[in-house]
Amino acid sequence: MSLLRAEGLSKEFGGVRAIEALDFEIQPGTVFSIIGPNGAGKTTLLNLLTGIYRPSAGRMWLEGRPLAGHAPHQFAAAGIGRTFQNLQIFFNMSALENVMAGRHLHERCGLAAALLRTPRLARAERACSDRAAELLAFVGLEAYEHSAAAAMPYGALKRLEIARALAAQPRLLLLDEPAAGLNPSEINDIDRLIQRIAARRITVVLVEHNMKLVMGVSQRVLVLDYGRKLAEGDAETVRNDPRVIEAYLGADAH
Amino acid sequence: MSAQFLQFLLAGLTVGAIYALVALGFSIIYNASHVINFAQGEFVMIGGMCTVWLANAGWPLPLAIAAAVLLAALLGLALAKLAVEPARGASVVTLIIITIGASILLRGLATIVWDKKYHALKPFSGEMPIHIGGATLLPQSLWVLGVTLVVVLLLSWFFGRTLLGKALLATSHNRLAAQLVGISVRRVLLVAFGLSAALGAVAGILIAPITFTSWDVGVMLGLKGFAAAVLGGMGSGPGAVVGGLALGIIEAMGAGYLSSAYKDALAFVIILAVLFFMPSGLLGQRSADRV
Amino acid sequence: MLARLASSRNAGLAALAAVVALLPLALVNNYYYDIAILAGLNAIVCVGLNLLIGYAGQISLGHAGFFGLGAYGSAILTARYGWPPLAALLAATLAVALLALAIGRPILRLRGHYLAMATLGMGVIISIVIATEDRYTGGPDGMSVPPLTLAGVALAGERVWYWVVGVLLVLAVWLARNLIDSPHGRALRALHGSEVAAEVGGIDSARHKVRVFVISAVYAAVAGSLAAHYAGFITPAKVTFFHSIELVTMVVFGGMASTFGAVVGAAVLTTLPQALTVFKEYEMVVFGAVMMLTMIFMPKGLVPTLAALAARRGKSP
Repeated sequence: MSLLRAEGLSKEFGGVRAIEALDFEIQPGTVFSIIGPNGAGKTTLLNLLTGIYRPSAGRMWLEGRPLAGHAPHQFAAAGIGRTFQNLQIFFNMSALENVMAGRHLHERCGLAAALLRTPRLARAERACSDRAAELLAFVGLEAYEHSAAAAMPYGALKRLEIARALAAQPRLLLLDEPAAGLNPSEINDIDRLIQRIAARRITVVLVEHNMKLVMGVSQRVLVLDYGRKLAEGDAETVRNDPRVIEAYLGADAH
Repeated sequence: MSAQFLQFLLAGLTVGAIYALVALGFSIIYNASHVINFAQGEFVMIGGMCTVWLANAGWPLPLAIAAAVLLAALLGLALAKLAVEPARGASVVTLIIITIGASILLRGLATIVWDKKYHALKPFSGEMPIHIGGATLLPQSLWVLGVTLVVVLLLSWFFGRTLLGKALLATSHNRLAAQLVGISVRRVLLVAFGLSAALGAVAGILIAPITFTSWDVGVMLGLKGFAAAVLGGMGSGPGAVVGGLALGIIEAMGAGYLSSAYKDALAFVIILAVLFFMPSGLLGQRSADRV
Repeated sequence: MLARLASSRNAGLAALAAVVALLPLALVNNYYYDIAILAGLNAIVCVGLNLLIGYAGQISLGHAGFFGLGAYGSAILTARYGWPPLAALLAATLAVALLALAIGRPILRLRGHYLAMATLGMGVIISIVIATEDRYTGGPDGMSVPPLTLAGVALAGERVWYWVVGVLLVLAVWLARNLIDSPHGRALRALHGSEVAAEVGGIDSARHKVRVFVISAVYAAVAGSLAAHYAGFITPAKVTFFHSIELVTMVVFGGMASTFGAVVGAAVLTTLPQALTVFKEYEMVVFGAVMMLTMIFMPKGLVPTLAALAARRGKSP
């Protein structure tokens, strides 16, 4: 059974069709990339998959169950995690606290227990902090454990967002341009990180412009253009599809 | 139309015109800077108090009025230059506190420079009530309505026909784009504050002969002007006028037919109702959020 | 890391307890005790309000309304209906909590200026109702309030109340700090940091906002009840828009997202007007100037700004 399925997915903004009649399936345990020129609707699609936008038409299923809701936190509870193209780090907290905040769905904590700081809560807090430290190490940020997020460099913040998203133990992780603004060595780190995440049996959806990264790490690629599916298939097939080449480079580039 | 209804209607229109002028002040500043100027009511107070003071000191009324409006405009410029500009880009809470602080400061200055007593301004053209259809109307009310109408017409000419006015509108629609075409948004901010302060002062002067003026009349008038601006749609000029008149009439009808004790609460109930159910107000624009 | 957190939290609490215990040495007469008590009561409200403004990043310009409802609730139940004071306090606080819960959901859907104005409207409506329903509340002239009794003993006098308020302040700070260092607190700070990221991380931002709104209302209501019993009298002057502004200023001046900052802000801005009674005329001018200058030059508030300066001083060789 597919992990995520979309049928006839559409999103309109007052006359502008950002996504139109999109059908696709994502198999569990794969890395699925979404590429396309700017304005193709990639971030809109991610917003639909995380409940930030409501679809104008069409439906989605996660593990066979319909995926719909009114608030993003319900989509998160269903098992979908995400990073953002424009960093949405909690700059008012430390790196560790950012990741701890990501564990919210797994922290069962009553209000009274919080106010009185019961020994059980204190233990849970320590466990949460340890788990967050593990995740920071997993993404290679152990050096920044006590840093204020506001003091961290851009590349580290990109990885911090990933650690925070992983803290929720998602089944499906959406990465929105994790390599944007990074130098080649940092991009290599992201490449290996994505592979480590996939090795943990987390399905990854990667929205990216960096073709080398996409082709190297994905099992399947979906190409969007003007909100519609232009092509879909494995990396090699898509790379050589003339329509894809035309959309990216123009008809004369051969 | 019963005489009583007409009476309430006229009273409502009169005070509604004042609310409209104050609301216009809020909208103009909001458009130029997305700041809600909590000190707007104090400009109303300054207009009335300063005029009374100068008139009592022997100045001819027209001169006193002009001086009071000018003083208010200068204080508006000072507020923009010294308080709002340095805090550019600050959070909403910060800006709110700054303008509230300014309003407290201005009120404190008013008690020092003037005093804490109530004062009456002489009506512009006498006190002989005019009788219309069984209702009575003070001549001052005609001044209120007439001047408000002239002001609204002048403002629509200003925003529609002059370069400066169009620059203000452009800034309200898209600040960055306005900067890119060479509009000095800093100057726009100054003009907006000066203009709004002058509007507030005019309102305060017009109403002073009808209701007394004192150091703290600005608080309620400011809040109600704000309610009118929200009701009509924050940032919309026609909305401010419609909202002001509507609020004035609702208040007068409410006080007349329901309960005069809760008259003041009506404006705030309206604020809550509009914000809960119709945040863009009667004439405001609904914006689609781009995430 | 948590050890460090724990020790700073306990150190702060210990310091506050020490100040409360030792301050009476400096309070030479009842007038000073009175100021200290008023500062303490304001501090309790501010600690709660700071959770809403500083940590959750919301705003309320109507918290004097909750304070007033707590005060008048206690006053009316004890003076007019003969309830035992503690029961009245609990009932009034519960009523305020329910009101905050009911009005919190629609109000907290608003943001920024609109949220500010809606809370302002709420506060003003409450104050108008209190001033108008004089059959219950005594109207603009206020009403007298019987003393608070604990196990039949009436608490009266500045010295007794100093300890009551002091202990409750330490308790209030302890509860608030616990909340902040819990998943609830992180959720609040997360939704302040980036509401969309918090939602996507599974945090129901609407529910958390309402919850902290109710908690801050409860803090204000309890402080209001105590204030009414302490003074033996309550008037609508304590329920005005201006009082709401004073409270917000104390939070903002002392330091947002700093519980101890809220206490410091309340302490400073309660004692300052007293010190200024010498210059009574200039009280408003100074208050307004303080608000403006703080926000322009010290937007993070006093305590965090000083803390940052100290940290920088510590780093340089």
